[in-house]
Amino acid sequence: MDTWSRFLDTFFKPELIRQYLPSIAAGTVTTIEIAFAIVVTGILLGLVLAVLRTFRILPVNMMLVACVDIMRALPPIVLVLLVYFGLPNIGINVPSFAVLWIVLSLVLAAFAEEILWAGILSVPKGQWESARSTGFGLFSTLIYIVLPQAVRLTVPPLTNRTLAITKNTALGTVIGVPEILNQATTGQSFSGNATPLMMGAIAYVILFIPVVALGRFLETRFRWSRA
Amino acid sequence: MTGPILDIRGLRKSFGHVEVLRGIDLAVKPQELVFIIGPSGSGKSTLLRCCNRLEEPNAGTILVDGVDLMDRRTNINAMRRHIGMVFQSFNLYPHLSALSNVSLALRKVVKKSRAEAEALALTALERVGLREKAKSYPSELSGGQQQRVAIARALALEPTIMLFDEPTSALDPELVGSVLGVMRELKQDGMTMLVVSHEMRFARDAADRVIFMDHGLIVEEAPPSQIFTSPREPRTRTFIAELTR
Ligand SMILES: Nc1ncnc2c1ncn2[C@@H]1O[C@H](COP(=O)(O)OP(=O)(O)OP(=O)(O)O)[C@@H](O)[C@H]1O
Ligand SMILES: [Mg+2]
Repeated sequence: MDTWSRFLDTFFKPELIRQYLPSIAAGTVTTIEIAFAIVVTGILLGLVLAVLRTFRILPVNMMLVACVDIMRALPPIVLVLLVYFGLPNIGINVPSFAVLWIVLSLVLAAFAEEILWAGILSVPKGQWESARSTGFGLFSTLIYIVLPQAVRLTVPPLTNRTLAITKNTALGTVIGVPEILNQATTGQSFSGNATPLMMGAIAYVILFIPVVALGRFLETRFRWSRA
Repeated sequence: MTGPILDIRGLRKSFGHVEVLRGIDLAVKPQELVFIIGPSGSGKSTLLRCCNRLEEPNAGTILVDGVDLMDRRTNINAMRRHIGMVFQSFNLYPHLSALSNVSLALRKVVKKSRAEAEALALTALERVGLREKAKSYPSELSGGQQQRVAIARALALEPTIMLFDEPTSALDPELVGSVLGVMRELKQDGMTMLVVSHEMRFARDAADRVIFMDHGLIVEEAPPSQIFTSPREPRTRTFIAELTR
């Protein structure tokens, strides 16, 4: 057998592709569902926290910064394992997909908060002042004037970070969430062949390339002048 | 008998240990244009910013149309609407068209319908000669045009007084005239105005009174004809000599 056919046999074995396509597809759906849930709750929570921070209530902000820093410092896998294996010991049973969703949402929220906060700070003071001098309160200034500008500035870093964190759904493997990687490794150990893993990799590419492209599109679209 | 539109008494403001305003008394009558001059750091901007409490004064009273701005019961956001403010750096909202810049507060603060707010905004843009630029974004406008949109934004809220903080200082010389032209028209229409500026020619032919400030105090006030030709105080004389040199 020459190298080329051995390569094909290892990564693209036709009968294995046929055999594992349904489970990889199912895994892909699971990954999409969890990723979508993480993006929605993570970014919304990050936004809420960033807004909360602009009110500059000292004890609240100290707490917030502490929590955010912890979430950013810990490797997500540590949090996933800690929550998954820790909570049952105190009598709380959370399904594994929920653990993944909650933990990654919190991690994304922490990063999103920092990014949005930096965006809010980068809006010039004069914008606040002209809004306040036309009668806008603190909150409506934020909603109508500051956040629209801050969000535009933060679309690229936020997209990158969101991508990085949703890719962590692969951690579901270690706690038994039936997402792409989990299905792929199961297939690999049953078949003793890397084809299911390659299928998993391809599924990730198909899934995330459009997100990368969307990020790039938003980046150009949200530039100044004509919105 | 109508009282002053703006009545400031005993106004003091410190930043840390530095007292920037050291007891300012100033009344601006209806339809009056009061012009403020003074060296850099004398407290002109701070004085203006205290008039709508963008800066929080440490002491004194500020009455706008008889309403005490320092009173806890006063709704400061409702009052600010009636105190138009124009900044040196325009501060237009870059993500909104000229029309939206002008109509935003009408819609979201005054709670007018979109149609009504935009009609009023167009009228305001018309007054500053920029009706045809309604759809343009700030980045598509010259500095002078941006400043006129900023004036329209304040004007659309029907202020009882307008505060201008060096409205032409950030402009190229050839664009200054258009902004001053708009301000002249406002004056003719009977707007009450408090203006910090270095445009002495404008002061000479539009101001009712000129105030010279130094080190947080009003040093001298007089009609423009008098203060520019025969200032009483030596400090005023030095300042004006430098300006006109
Ligand atoms: N937010 C602030 N914090 C600390 N000091 C300030 C602040 N704003 C103004 N000052 C100080 O207060 C003094 C008066 O400032 P202000 O801006 O009122 O002067 P001005 O007369 O407007 O000067 P210019 O002609 O340069 O605009 C200056 O010494 C300035 O450094
Ligand atoms: Mg100033």
